[in-house]
Amino acid sequence: MTTRRVAVGVGRTRVPLGPFYAGMLVLLYVPIAVLFIFSLNAGTTLSFPIESLTLDWYVSVLENSAMLAAARNSFVVGIASATLATAIGCLVAVAVLRFRFRGRGLLLAMAGLPLVVPFVVMGVAFFLLFVAVDVPRSLVTVAIGHSVIAIPYATLIVLARLGGLDPALEDAAMDLGATYPAALRRVVLPLMAPTLLSAWLTCFIVSFDEIALAIFLVGGDPTFPVFLYGQLRFAQRLPVLIAMAVLLMIGTVALTLVALRLRSRSE
Amino acid sequence: MLGRRGVLKFLAGPPFAWLTLFFVLPLVLIAAFSLRAGSGAIGPAESWAPSLEQYSEVLGTPAFVRLLGMSVLMALGIAGLATLFAYPIAYFLTFRAGDRAPLYLTLLLVPFAVSYLLRVMAWKLMLGPEGGINSLLGTLGMTDEPIGLLLYSRPAVIITLVYVWIPFATLPIYAAMQRIDRDHLEAAADLGAGPWSRFWRVTLPLSVPGAAATFFMVFIPTVGEYVTPALVGGTDGIMYGNIIQGFFTRSANWPMGSAMAMIMLVMTLTLVVIGLRIVRPQRLAT
Repeated sequence: MTTRRVAVGVGRTRVPLGPFYAGMLVLLYVPIAVLFIFSLNAGTTLSFPIESLTLDWYVSVLENSAMLAAARNSFVVGIASATLATAIGCLVAVAVLRFRFRGRGLLLAMAGLPLVVPFVVMGVAFFLLFVAVDVPRSLVTVAIGHSVIAIPYATLIVLARLGGLDPALEDAAMDLGATYPAALRRVVLPLMAPTLLSAWLTCFIVSFDEIALAIFLVGGDPTFPVFLYGQLRFAQRLPVLIAMAVLLMIGTVALTLVALRLRSRSE
Repeated sequence: MLGRRGVLKFLAGPPFAWLTLFFVLPLVLIAAFSLRAGSGAIGPAESWAPSLEQYSEVLGTPAFVRLLGMSVLMALGIAGLATLFAYPIAYFLTFRAGDRAPLYLTLLLVPFAVSYLLRVMAWKLMLGPEGGINSLLGTLGMTDEPIGLLLYSRPAVIITLVYVWIPFATLPIYAAMQRIDRDHLEAAADLGAGPWSRFWRVTLPLSVPGAAATFFMVFIPTVGEYVTPALVGGTDGIMYGNIIQGFFTRSANWPMGSAMAMIMLVMTLTLVVIGLRIVRPQRLAT
């Protein structure tokens, strides 16, 4: 960390930034607290004072096979798309940073541009593609779609770290007799492992919570957000959905923390 | 034995192939579909002649043009507000939080890991006529009957989206501020600049690329939103994206939906290019 010599030496503005941050934090957490209370609430509407607390909704999560299937689908899609996106992001990063070739700028642009296309446009585009080539929509098409929108994240994360890695390491490995692929595999890959995991987790989270694109791409088998979206109309099912989401939230939060820690440690 | 150059085609080939097939080709397809006449769900193999019929119909329908303008304004406003709220947070994390910055950053990001749909639902639970705020006020005897509050309106969509984006919006600004060389600030102080002057003349200009990145990373997904408006916007709060989605689901009209998607894409890219021109991140990135 950098020192804060300036702030100590010559004073700073009196803008109350700490209270502002604390206030924002409260605003951000209140709705989440509301959700949590709701998942423990015996009634199906949120009215104060809470009448009685129950864990029944969490029990009924386990009996709701459609919901569990949707959650499983989201895991499968997330794992597949994160793996694809990270692999492609890696290839792009190595090619762009370690080689000069025609099309280098184009490759980088293609890997970054999905970030500037609104999801509804991408969703429509994928929809037409799969209709045109007569591929039925399914979890496979969702995973393909999610891989594309996750590629910019993977590429940027890997680029940032690989850019700080001395190419001389690969040269040294090759001087010692390694082929270039072997140098990448045995020198670069181990050094990049935490970054790759962090990129993978970021892509997974992007996919896991994604709905705007998924709505256009799912077949009969919904991902969890699409399932949730379809169920939100039914007020009496809300507590079970929220109980499930609270469980998933704990998982996602844990993954986010791991991703953050990995990235800060590798920097 | 593979040399360095020989490896290149294995490195660049798969990404080129994947992105051409699943990024460029789909966009080419909507461009092609937008040039078709007629309506409905059209088989791609039927013969057709290019026409600009769909574009003239979309742009000739005042309701569509108004909704497009409104959606762009909403997205600009939401991105602006999210950036405005995120900026002091990023400043606090960078210059005031000290050793606790990682903890404070983590606390900020946890809500972002909660399902986006559920964060939207949480607002619905609180703001609705039978929601938490009304029932709380009723219990405390402060109101006799439920107040309508904000649900199912354009402001509800705006509030919800700003709320959803604030944690993420902090990240690019925070990253830009962390790169600011503290020696610049110290030099400014040595030359007699007070805290405000240092902020206006050193910190702010150097953090503009981060703020611009935040702005666009909120603007782009927001301008195409259709899920949040459908949940909290009601009939008054729908956006341009809802019409596009409608043309591919409820009322199948693929060519017109494609034309509307193309208009949105071109407009988004134009705004991004203009934004980059104004900010010129490459001038500042050293």
